[in-house]
Amino acid sequence: MGPEPGTLALIAPGILWVGALLACLLSLDRIFALDYEDGSLDLLATAPVPLEAVVTIKALAHWLTTGLPLVLISPVMGLLLFLPGEAYLWLILSLLLGTPALSVIGTFGAALTVGLKRGGLLLSLLVLPLYIPTLVFGAEVVARGAQGLSTATPLALLAGITLGAVALLPFASALVLRINLR
Amino acid sequence: MLKVHDLACARGGLPLLEGVSFALAPGQALVLRGPNGCGKTTLLRCVAGLQPALAGEISVAPDAIAYAAHADGLKSTLTVAENLEFWAAIYGTAGIAQALEQMNLRALRARAAQHLSAGQKRRLGLARLMVTGRPIWVLDEPTVSLDHASVALFGDVVRGHLAGGGMALMATHIDLGLPEAEILDLAPFKARLPEPGSGTFDEAFL
Repeated sequence: MGPEPGTLALIAPGILWVGALLACLLSLDRIFALDYEDGSLDLLATAPVPLEAVVTIKALAHWLTTGLPLVLISPVMGLLLFLPGEAYLWLILSLLLGTPALSVIGTFGAALTVGLKRGGLLLSLLVLPLYIPTLVFGAEVVARGAQGLSTATPLALLAGITLGAVALLPFASALVLRINLR
Repeated sequence: MLKVHDLACARGGLPLLEGVSFALAPGQALVLRGPNGCGKTTLLRCVAGLQPALAGEISVAPDAIAYAAHADGLKSTLTVAENLEFWAAIYGTAGIAQALEQMNLRALRARAAQHLSAGQKRRLGLARLMVTGRPIWVLDEPTVSLDHASVALFGDVVRGHLAGGGMALMATHIDLGLPEAEILDLAPFKARLPEPGSGTFDEAFL
């Protein structure tokens, strides 16, 4: 791609969002793996806390350790890629709104593959297609922000995906966890 | 009160046990016996609610069961006290001092779980039962890797639990020193396997 600022600035929104997505993917398979191995997942499933809440807290913990740091260092990454000045706000905002969906969807994938040996590869294959809408609208927010266009529509869709995922997926994750524990 | 009536359960899609019935009243203990692979763990997981029964009924008050599996579910970087406090918080009970005292863990309370020996980990796993405050203990091979002294210690703890109106259902091969416990041999309840080829097509996918 070369070091030309023009080229880099053009591809920066997409690259930054793909980077966030891949970073998220790296840590997904550990969400439940350790709890499954040491037996605490069985104990949590029989404990007086709803499994849906356990799953939600797991997703939150994943976001705090993966998504939030990405949001915080994203301006530095933008600087490295000559992101236009007016796009920084949109980059931070889109990551802040979009990365929770990555964690919640990823937790669902981790619940699906819990107990599989070397399930990480399968997990990536399952989760990547589900990440595409977030990626598309997230990068679109930054790209439109960089050109000074209105970002309302992709931002609303991005927030919609996140809210929908946060509202619905914990139930699905808890259900597949129960099935996987049988 | 725990009542199991005509229970059938399966592991990996294969029926293991059928027609198992028993009842536990407060203060009673029941020890499950049987050869390896006869379905003791599967039965306990059914009773604990981790897997559905194929047939039959399990009637038990909600939130009465504390389950302890083969694995202790310890977090290796947390200390002994932190591990117990976590479960005490989850079960909404207060005070881990008695559990530490009775399982002889007081000297180890500040040690990280990863630095415990296998037997010490097991003692910590069993101490977790005491902080749950649940009346029915469902125990899967509770004495694995315990020495004689610790087995006796655990026998005392179970006896104390029974004396307080608790119940215990456990699978174990060794004598816990609980002469009052009833013994249920699971071998006669072995499920009849379907004739090869007569099973439904779905079994190929289980």
